Amino acid sequence: METLLYMQTDVFPALLRGFGVSIRLIVPSALVGLAIGIIVGVLRVYGNSFVKIAADLYAGLFRGIPLVIQLFIWYFGLPYFKIFLSPFAASVLGFSLCSGAYHSEYVRGALLSIKRGQMLAAESLGFSKIGMIVSIILPQAVRRALPGAGNEIIYLIKYSSLAYMITCIELTGEGKILASNSFRFTEIFLTVGACYLLMTSVAAIILAKVENHLKIPGFEQQRT
Amino acid sequence: MPESLVAVIDAFPYLLQGSLVTLAVVAGALSFGLLVGAPLAIGQVYGGALIRRSVGLYVWFFRGIPLLVFLFLFYFGLCTALGINLSAFTVAIIVLGLISSAYQSQIIRGAIQSLPEGQLKAARALGMSDIKAIVNIIIPQALRLSIPGFSNEYSILLKDSAVTYALGVAEIMARAHFVATRTYHHFPLYFAAGLIFMILTWLGVKVLRLLEDRVRIPGYSHN
Repeated sequence: METLLYMQTDVFPALLRGFGVSIRLIVPSALVGLAIGIIVGVLRVYGNSFVKIAADLYAGLFRGIPLVIQLFIWYFGLPYFKIFLSPFAASVLGFSLCSGAYHSEYVRGALLSIKRGQMLAAESLGFSKIGMIVSIILPQAVRRALPGAGNEIIYLIKYSSLAYMITCIELTGEGKILASNSFRFTEIFLTVGACYLLMTSVAAIILAKVENHLKIPGFEQQRT
Repeated sequence: MPESLVAVIDAFPYLLQGSLVTLAVVAGALSFGLLVGAPLAIGQVYGGALIRRSVGLYVWFFRGIPLLVFLFLFYFGLCTALGINLSAFTVAIIVLGLISSAYQSQIIRGAIQSLPEGQLKAARALGMSDIKAIVNIIIPQALRLSIPGFSNEYSILLKDSAVTYALGVAEIMARAHFVATRTYHHFPLYFAAGLIFMILTWLGVKVLRLLEDRVRIPGYSHN
């Protein structure tokens, strides 16, 4: 009875609040990350050599350095240059940039998998380079990059828990505070884990739906 | 910023010692993950409906929850509840290993399924039992095909191992943070720690590529 009351008055409101913060971290980061990934991916394939090197460097750095360290750099490191970010802003910045680097890799792979003949055909039809990329190459490449990008979004959901380490109190943070107060670590972290399982499972279902919805019938079979 | 450079150089040996801890955690977790993951993969490919279902559930569970939540759950929750006293280092290896086993099982499963099915039939025709055929014929090939996947998994584990700082494991990240809070040179120190991680990733991937060449069977290509 006491446990039930505790769950009702303390645990649920706190976890719900944390859940909200987590969602507010994940959604903008996923969208901005995807946008960065598509732009950087295009630049890595079609940019001139200077842009290519810069974009490759970005992708290499942000995929090579652990996300925790990136978050620490944004939150604890930037004040070194007199730039002060809130924990929430630093988290969103860190997630977007890291996620964008991974997305760029999937987009790059997908772009490279589009047959060269299509570009020649577009050129002969009088498309400009940008017109060709935007209306012919990208629509196909984005579809091919989707499975990888979807995985990355699911990773992002899980990695959003790291925001707790730079004191942005989201789902994991609320759980840690509750557990430290009540010493019910096992129950509370199992509940927190269940929330994340729910998020990742729902995201996986939605992503599969999107992938299915965007599929062009009879198109991918010719892929060689 | 020469002063910050001095701070980084001073801290460098201390950070490098941390890289030994990081590598120990990663090596432990990778081996533990392989030990658990390989049987899971075999179960998922060759097992009955119940086994396949359970492996699927296991993979879903360990891939769906963040590492940080698992670390807290095991270290503060289960270890206390069950009355076992494990160091943060051990818990880090167990948790990373369990999560990795879910991913590794899928790497190995893919490798097993890419092998021609006729091999198992041929082994049966030669009078081998199923278990013998799997252990002696399928697994040696599947593990070789899995090496590129393991190399990916290594770089993911390496980066994830930085999260074990939350439990107080004295790896690179934790040490960089200790020094940074003492000297206030946060940015250069974290950047240095990040670079060490990048070097370790590069080194590990190189080693695994060497291993891949080393265990290659000459003249054998699967297709």
